[in-house]
Amino acid sequence: MATTMKCNVVSAEQSLYEGEVQMVIASGDLGDLGITPGHAPLITSLKPGPVRLVFENGDDELFFVSGGFLEVIPSQITILADTAERAENLDEAAALHAQEEAKRLLDEQQSEFDYSRAAIELTEAVARIRVIEQLRQRRA
Amino acid sequence: MAVGKEIRTQIGSIKNTQKITSAMQLVAASKMRKAQERMGATRPYADRILEVIGHLAHANPEYNHLYLDERKVKRVGYIVVSTDRGLCGGLNANLFKKVVAELGTHHGNGVEVDLAVIGSKALGFFRSFGGNVVATAGQVGDQPVVADLIGSVKVVMDAYEASKIDRVYVVYNHFVNTMTQKPTVQQLLPLPKDQSDDLSANMGTHWDYIYEPDAREVLDALLVRYVESLVYQSVVENLACEQAARMVAMKAATDNAGQLIDDLELVYNKARQAAITQEISEIVGGAAAL
Repeated sequence: MATTMKCNVVSAEQSLYEGEVQMVIASGDLGDLGITPGHAPLITSLKPGPVRLVFENGDDELFFVSGGFLEVIPSQITILADTAERAENLDEAAALHAQEEAKRLLDEQQSEFDYSRAAIELTEAVARIRVIEQLRQRRA
Repeated sequence: MAVGKEIRTQIGSIKNTQKITSAMQLVAASKMRKAQERMGATRPYADRILEVIGHLAHANPEYNHLYLDERKVKRVGYIVVSTDRGLCGGLNANLFKKVVAELGTHHGNGVEVDLAVIGSKALGFFRSFGGNVVATAGQVGDQPVVADLIGSVKVVMDAYEASKIDRVYVVYNHFVNTMTQKPTVQQLLPLPKDQSDDLSANMGTHWDYIYEPDAREVLDALLVRYVESLVYQSVVENLACEQAARMVAMKAATDNAGQLIDDLELVYNKARQAAITQEISEIVGGAAAL
């Protein structure tokens, strides 16, 4: 059995990764998934959160996706992200600020205030921070 | 000297036109670069989602989504993507010719056609040409936003979902390179099957994905995203075509103006020379008579 498989990570704005990987770890709507070669065909929607690619030589790379889809067919994995960023490019200060802002908005709800939108923003900010923390842990 | 005054004014006015066309050429060139970048950036996503959808059409989902159903065609919908502004050569004209040809074929088969148009040029054309225009979106600008387009697309999608139309195409200009733009008709719904793939050979004819959370939710979300991305991609691509076509058209116009000015200057100089010669011969003739 092959030890690697093809993987594509694309967001609406750009193509982020294209090549061979050993394993993909992503946060699906029903929980975290780890996919290795030979996985059964699968389509799932993704929650905002980290996507980790493990390469053949054991190195890995973290991405942040704000939701999207993941498709597995025998020969390859495709990740269609709504927006995606490389974890190194994430800005912690901006993420923390966004989290506070979203929380503040949720606290002082006004009548015409869009509750669901703020809730989405909050989950996204929290997911971003989660990715940054993961990245920091691995570096330490 | 009053000789050739009309010619001088004519040359002056052509020079002014030339200034405008050459400025437009430069503007189009820089806008084209940006539009091309935008097109290149969104292309991978559109390509991938098309691939995934192609696989999906091969699978045998337990939940049969409307968008996957082939129905008998009685009425079709076209989403025509055109430009908002003119002066871009034959870009729109070629596109409309293609649409009109398609309309003719459908008419011959007794199939009726609904049109949703994006861009004011298409609206203008089909208003005078005739055709059942059910939705329009104009003034999308240089940086189109999905939200602006989705309204008119939704009209067609709703009609498809209500089984009022049985097939949806999108028509736009495909960007081959700066000199070539190809009018393209792409089937949007029902989902075209991915032909080029060896997937079904590997998997046999009866297979399906595992869906998480479940088929209905995933497919609904994915197919909506697919339609959005495809329409968005065609609008972005058409925009790059528009700028490229305008650049080429304006370059041709500038060159032609230069040619015209050269010709007129030659005529003017000849006339001036003739006037001088005539004056001299008059003076000489007058002197000889004394």
